[in-house]
Amino acid sequence: MSRSERLTRMLAPLGIGILLLALWQAAVAIEHVPAYILPGPAAIADSLWRNGPSLLASLWITFRITMAALLAAAGLGLLLAIAIAESRWVEIAVLPYAVALQVTPIVAIAPLIIIWVGSNFFSLLICAWLVAFFPVVANTTLGLKSADHNLRDLFLLYGATRWQRLWRLRLPTALPYFLSGLRISGGLALIGAVVAEFVAGTGGAETGIAFRILEAGYRLEIAKMFAALVLLALTGIAIYGALGWLNHWLLRHWHESVLRREP
Amino acid sequence: MAQPVAPLVTLTGVSKLFEQGTKALDGVDMRLAEGEFASLLGPSGCGKSTLLRIVAGLAEPSAGAIAWLGDRAPARGEIGFVFQEPTLMPWAKVFDNVALPFRLVGAGGGEVAARVEAAIAGVGLAGFEDAYPRQLSGGMRMRVSIARALVTAPRLLLLDEPFAALDEITRFRLNDDLRRLWQERRPTVLFVTHSVYEAVYLSQRVMVMSERPGRIVADMAIDLPAARSADLRTSPAYGEVCRALSRRLAAEVAA
Repeated sequence: MSRSERLTRMLAPLGIGILLLALWQAAVAIEHVPAYILPGPAAIADSLWRNGPSLLASLWITFRITMAALLAAAGLGLLLAIAIAESRWVEIAVLPYAVALQVTPIVAIAPLIIIWVGSNFFSLLICAWLVAFFPVVANTTLGLKSADHNLRDLFLLYGATRWQRLWRLRLPTALPYFLSGLRISGGLALIGAVVAEFVAGTGGAETGIAFRILEAGYRLEIAKMFAALVLLALTGIAIYGALGWLNHWLLRHWHESVLRREP
Repeated sequence: MAQPVAPLVTLTGVSKLFEQGTKALDGVDMRLAEGEFASLLGPSGCGKSTLLRIVAGLAEPSAGAIAWLGDRAPARGEIGFVFQEPTLMPWAKVFDNVALPFRLVGAGGGEVAARVEAAIAGVGLAGFEDAYPRQLSGGMRMRVSIARALVTAPRLLLLDEPFAALDEITRFRLNDDLRRLWQERRPTVLFVTHSVYEAVYLSQRVMVMSERPGRIVADMAIDLPAARSADLRTSPAYGEVCRALSRRLAAEVAA
């Protein structure tokens, strides 16, 4: 990619964004739309500036839940995928339940979890984990089963143990699949945390960003709502970007998906 | 044909019936003398690969028997296998790919490293130890695969159409390298191919397989000088042997 092309790639979306914001601001000003229906970008920026610190504190709480849920989904998802790939019986016995959990909407399960699990942090964590868990399991299982047949024969020929086959063949083969599952889970964990906070609706000291959105809505502070949404969207993008970078860094030497074609 | 040396492996009446009902092999009798270079020639889908897998112990014959010299089945590392594709681990460097047979038996240390480096140098890839397979050409990847098969100094080397996907220039070069490596180390080689010219150029002996279900229908000694090089490819003697073998192949496969 040439330098000018790279610059265009950066500037084009930025230009569109600025244009849309300007149109939005103009429309709101000309039409005299009340701020409790649709505030202009300037009002949102102002709200973001004034409420920034308190919103960031709430965002931090949601972010912590998201990250903890993602880590739990990665670790437990990997373990379950290994169990499924290594044992046909685990697959037959456990997979239906994993699927059932996955297809049941989290909004519907969240109230139960919140009633059962006393701690606010842990009930939200479990909700976020439930939605983030399945993509890791499904993708990693597929990856573990995708090892090259000839390589499998080679391991057999040299008398590899089950453990060696797992560690030296199946897990490296599954790594790109696992990472791609993790990228999906990153976004889902954030969604799960937000949805669970909406359902829990708890106030008090430990207030996540989702509750702040609800709260701003009740008070018709629409600019603040938008400000919180902006922060939430940026967090989602940051998680996705970080996981993309991790993917690139771990696979940089060998996987087709991250290698550029030599000219 | 007279067998000058005791056979390393003897197959008697080996048949293979797959689960879905296809008969891949039908009563194969084969003896491989210790240290010989033998080729198995046949049309695609005649069961050559299946036979090779049975010899390697990767598949069980449905009927028949395999006997090893001294009634001792080969230990780990005594059989080297080269597949049609290079079959390298893309996440591992050349060195680690070649070292795999040692790693799987838990061997490591300086002596192993020296043997791995010697094997890599032996296929002309010294200096590429830290390269990833992706960075190498098709021919170089196949060399890595051959180095991995030879690193344990196996008694039996099995190759399953290893050069079929390569261009002709690379294939000729790898033919010469394989021939040289065999002459240096003298493992028993069973080389599967569907190319008459390749079989004749490399081998001391060529066995012809029929169409599925595969049987060995001809066994021909290749009466050419031991030193083989590019000159041989254009010599009348080579052409004559290829012609004779082609005729046998056409006759036996059509029959």
